[in-house]
Amino acid sequence: MRFSSTSSYIVADELALAVNAAVTLEKPLLLKGEPGTGKTRLAEELAASLGVPLLRWQIKSTTKAQQGLYEYDAVSRLRDSQLGSDKVHDIANYIKPGKLWQAFTAPERPVLLIDEIDKADIEFPNDLLHELDQMEFHVYETGEQVTAKHRPIVVITSNNEKELPDAFLRRCFFHYINFPDAETLAQIVRVHHPDIQRELLQTALEVFFDVRKLPNLKKKPSTSELIDWLKLLLVEDIGVRDLKASNGLMPMFGALLKNEQDVQLVEKLAFMTRRRES
Amino acid sequence: MLIEFFCTLRKHGLKTSITELMDLLSALEKQVVFADVEAFYYLARLTLVKDESQFDRFDRAFAEYFEGVEQVDLSSAIPEDWLRRSLQRQLTDDDKAKLQSMGGLDELLKAFQERMKEQQERHAGGNKWIGTGGTSPFGAYGYNPEGIRIGQDGSNARRAVKVWDKREFRDLDTDGELNNRTMQLALRKLRKFARTGSAEELDLDETIRATSQKAGLLDLKWRPERHNAVKVLLLFDVGGSMDDFIYECQQLFAAARSEFKHLEFYYFHNCVYEDVWQSNERRFSEKTSTRELINKYGRDYKLIFVGDATMGPYEIAYPGGSVEHWNEEPGQLWMRRLLNHFDNAVWLNPQPLEHWKWHHSIDMMHELMGARMYPMTLDGISEAITTLLKKSVATAPVS
Repeated sequence: MRFSSTSSYIVADELALAVNAAVTLEKPLLLKGEPGTGKTRLAEELAASLGVPLLRWQIKSTTKAQQGLYEYDAVSRLRDSQLGSDKVHDIANYIKPGKLWQAFTAPERPVLLIDEIDKADIEFPNDLLHELDQMEFHVYETGEQVTAKHRPIVVITSNNEKELPDAFLRRCFFHYINFPDAETLAQIVRVHHPDIQRELLQTALEVFFDVRKLPNLKKKPSTSELIDWLKLLLVEDIGVRDLKASNGLMPMFGALLKNEQDVQLVEKLAFMTRRRES
Repeated sequence: MLIEFFCTLRKHGLKTSITELMDLLSALEKQVVFADVEAFYYLARLTLVKDESQFDRFDRAFAEYFEGVEQVDLSSAIPEDWLRRSLQRQLTDDDKAKLQSMGGLDELLKAFQERMKEQQERHAGGNKWIGTGGTSPFGAYGYNPEGIRIGQDGSNARRAVKVWDKREFRDLDTDGELNNRTMQLALRKLRKFARTGSAEELDLDETIRATSQKAGLLDLKWRPERHNAVKVLLLFDVGGSMDDFIYECQQLFAAARSEFKHLEFYYFHNCVYEDVWQSNERRFSEKTSTRELINKYGRDYKLIFVGDATMGPYEIAYPGGSVEHWNEEPGQLWMRRLLNHFDNAVWLNPQPLEHWKWHHSIDMMHELMGARMYPMTLDGISEAITTLLKKSVATAPVS
């Protein structure tokens, strides 16, 4: 089975190759790239196209590696022991499997998404080395050994907030999702808004890339923002002429610019071009 | 198989390991890609490179290796009439006159092919992408393969040459090599530095768990606070006499960058004046005023200057002393303003300590910094860090 673009998701050739290589060789695939370039979407689309469940492990700054394996709920055990419940004698009743455990024991080969791994503590990836490599771990409380029935397809995303340790990187395939060029972007937009007029799309993309080229922007708009913006343009029925005529900020700029300083910057630049033209 | 390729990558400073080479080989074995150079390029990059800042290096290594492999292909296999046509189309009258002086088109073509070979040999030395001179008759059009549009020929392998020759990841390569052992140690020090300043806090979850595991006997658990508490503002001296030390500085920079959550850096030249900048290419168009630095970053930021402080004394002491522009106020005034605002500041100087006494400007800076200037050695760095972590140090008031 080879992964390729679907009716709702456009995937670049090199990314498809990366995914296929990772699936074939059963290696975790580490994805990096600007926010909004579809890293998380990829895992969703991959699971959908393979027809397998997606297990999603969202990493936060407080997440620990152990939580992905299992958690021992000692508090309910304590409570149960005071209530005199029989459950208390079997410690296994208080072991809650984490996402990795679920992925290892799933009946078919699932896609496991470890989202935003860079949010976690600096040691987090190191704590998962063995588990991702051998796809097995030990439960100390019960002495049980959990081994993967099928090696899950692991997709890991990172926003580059922290550098990941070398030993961890060695075990992954790495792909950097580049920002799509105008052509690919037009394709992506057509997938999301099939009835958008050609000309409007053209002009909108020009405006969009102009904004991205501005230096000093706090947050560059990305694909997902472009798509939101186009949606608004469509809903509000803004034509090409309006888009071109607006010689200050672009209409519906709120969808593209997420920062007050950016809005001011664009406004100022637009004002300056206007003055130069007149 | 691919040993040579692997060695070329290592030679270019990529830290790929044998495990990764094995991954690539088994991917090839399973025919993930087959007889397609471009796909091979992506596959090799996928398996061997783990950081986008290394992509540019990979592109260069790949180009070197494949140009070695395809050298025959490029210099002798280009059909002569194709070259002729392409050249004739592009020659101006001026060039045609020069052409006559070189002995006609055939001679020119021969010279051209020789030139191209020479160019490729120079690629191997790594000079390919540094601008070439404009005196050659081909200069105006560029005589590297891309210039004569080999890249647009449409065939698969040739299209592939373009992919790595584009070098679109060049901007991401901020990485100074850290394979040098002392730098690793310095990094460890910085890392420790990044984690200090955070006190222990009560780990409530762990306490509850431990207490219940002991069936109700209270068992307190503590943990260090998780986040990196130290905020750092780095100011780098670039250009002029610092060029000798740029490499060392960038190593430190690369080391520091990954360790701090709040790390800001700016550049200055020789001494800090009213403006600093973040990008060297755009240093004249996109400046940040030093006053803005003071307003933007809180006093709890640790300020680190990296510079050799080797300059004319007037560059520090007098208005208009800057070698680059007219400064209204002397550099020392700006230094004092910065030092007044930030509680903790140090200056790291890559000049060897024993040379310091020969430069009057170093003395002056040292004094301005309140003797908080340290050599950029392991000991110097650890001393600097200790100083940075002390509670605020009194600084000279603005005169």
